[in-house]
Amino acid sequence: MTDFDPVELKRIRWHSRRGLLELDLVLERFLAQRFDSLSPAEMSAYKALLELPDNDFLDVVNGKTDLDDPSIMQIVEILRAI
Amino acid sequence: MGVPVRRFDAVIVGGGGAGLRAALQLSESGLKTAVLSKVFPTRSHTVAAQGGISASLGNVQEDRWEWHMYDTVKGSDWLGDQDAIEFMCRKAPEAVIELEHFGMPFDRLENGKIYQRPFGGHTQNNGQTPVQRACAAADRTGHAMLHTLYQRNVRANTQFFVEWMALDLIRDADGDVVGVTALEMETGEVFILHAKAVLFATGGAGRIYAASTNAFINTGDGLGMCVRAGIPLEDMEFWQFHPTGVAGAGVLITEGVRGEGGILLNSNGERFMERYAPNLKDLAPRDFVARSMEQEVLEGRGCGPNKDYVLLKLDHLGPDIIKQRLPGIREIAIKFAGVDPIKEPIPVIPTCHYMMGGIPTNYRGEVVIPQGDNPESRVNGFFAAGECACASVHGANRLGTNSLLDLVVFGKSAGDSMVEYIKNEMPTWKDLPADAADRSLARIARLDGQTNGEEVADVRTAMQRTVQARAAVFRNADNLSKGVTEIQQVAERVKRTQIKDKSKVFNTARVEALELENLIEVAVATLIAADARKESRGAHAHADFPNRDDEVWMKHSLYYGDERRLSYKPVHTKPLSVDYIPPKERTF
Repeated sequence: MTDFDPVELKRIRWHSRRGLLELDLVLERFLAQRFDSLSPAEMSAYKALLELPDNDFLDVVNGKTDLDDPSIMQIVEILRAI
Repeated sequence: MGVPVRRFDAVIVGGGGAGLRAALQLSESGLKTAVLSKVFPTRSHTVAAQGGISASLGNVQEDRWEWHMYDTVKGSDWLGDQDAIEFMCRKAPEAVIELEHFGMPFDRLENGKIYQRPFGGHTQNNGQTPVQRACAAADRTGHAMLHTLYQRNVRANTQFFVEWMALDLIRDADGDVVGVTALEMETGEVFILHAKAVLFATGGAGRIYAASTNAFINTGDGLGMCVRAGIPLEDMEFWQFHPTGVAGAGVLITEGVRGEGGILLNSNGERFMERYAPNLKDLAPRDFVARSMEQEVLEGRGCGPNKDYVLLKLDHLGPDIIKQRLPGIREIAIKFAGVDPIKEPIPVIPTCHYMMGGIPTNYRGEVVIPQGDNPESRVNGFFAAGECACASVHGANRLGTNSLLDLVVFGKSAGDSMVEYIKNEMPTWKDLPADAADRSLARIARLDGQTNGEEVADVRTAMQRTVQARAAVFRNADNLSKGVTEIQQVAERVKRTQIKDKSKVFNTARVEALELENLIEVAVATLIAADARKESRGAHAHADFPNRDDEVWMKHSLYYGDERRLSYKPVHTKPLSVDYIPPKERTF
């Protein structure tokens, strides 16, 4: 666990609430199991993922599409497996 | 109290399709308009709508709005208000073309017109043959609509308050609505938003059920605020269900699985649908399959440690068929049910999808409540649209693709009514009552000061289990009356919820506790209204009263939270311009 701004962490948790149930379920597990042990690079990759529109985000999580950035894909692989 | 006040001409709570459509009318007419949303507007639950938006454009086959109206009235099982239904169906083509002009990327025919696809319940010539009436943007119609409307609002200078949660409605001594209190999540501060007119577009409350397709944000905030402010809720006994959601998750397993030969089993391994529907078996109509599933669970033949689901078996189809004809199903089952359907059956349960009831409105989007002899007296300054509102166009059962239509038609109509109201009747702000923020501040103070209380998640689970067990698709007198007692016990527990984190900034635990206070109002309303309705109509199927009883029950329920009592008001039987569509038996 690195020193993140605690307010920022809470904000990211709230941004993990989405318009699609499928994403809520996957991200809920991710927050419970993995979120607290992310490295700074992983945290910024996760934040970048949260910027995606919900449908695009779900396609990525479901493995229908991939993203170019390998660091973001590392988080995607965690989400796909969780 | 030094609660800061901000002033707007109009305040809109909710940034989904209905809120954004209404905001556009207001901002474009030059009024200072604020939209509050718990999440970024384009992440509202409207994004989940895939199917389309219906309109009798007649681009593929001959169609008329009168046929659309007939289908909607019939779909509503004659509980829909026929003036509102006529209004919606007549306005539908114009609403869709307007979205197209706003830049919404609809699928097109070769001739350039909007493509239309078939959808269940939509027919030509009053029920004779299916018609292609649904306009779609691939499988992302809701997403496309939200983005289109959001962009238009940015252009029109609508002011967005993102990550703000409305807490309570402010009514003055006359009962008029003069604003809302709201929590800015980033700071944890409570504000008063003082307005000439307020619109609720807060969406559904499907999270009252343990099994729900709704996103976590669908907590019925507008409905909870109404109940606390003395505004009744209409037709809360009517909830639409899908038979096969993954148990414990809510993600839907398409009907196609049973179409390809998937079968439902109880804990004895029995294919129980053979008993309920000897001919159609697992392919009987949706509501029938759902009720049979729940009956198995209620009679103790459910599966799993809590005996609360049945199994959808498809391994006998073989891996090739599963992979080829049912793409995505295996992944959904593995991800959300933790089982590989090639080897094991999927736990499924009837799953809540849509709330037909809500805040009572007319087709102008004005909130109307009984006062004196008038069953529908306007609440000055208060409007509602979308799933949170009950106009009522869906009545006892909603047709697919009518929900997106509802959002844009009644969002716009409510927006127009607000512009008219503000310009003609409310040139300046009414005074805020001295106690405007007291209720909200007291709720927060209670939460912060609570000791020896209950965990929010535990109480929420208890509520969801109660509503699921007592007021899902299988309803009978005994079960419902037990549910009424149980849910009121849960409501007492909600008053004692406790949060560990008392910090102000981005305190999501506090938000979830406040959301639960809204959900429970909806849950209690649902049980009490369902217990009282002694007939079967649309989504309310009562085993002890299996028939529709138009003589006694063709009326809307109104639930008042202060005394937890019901009253009723007549269904509107006069359309705006055409003849009344009299009730018939609903056969297909």
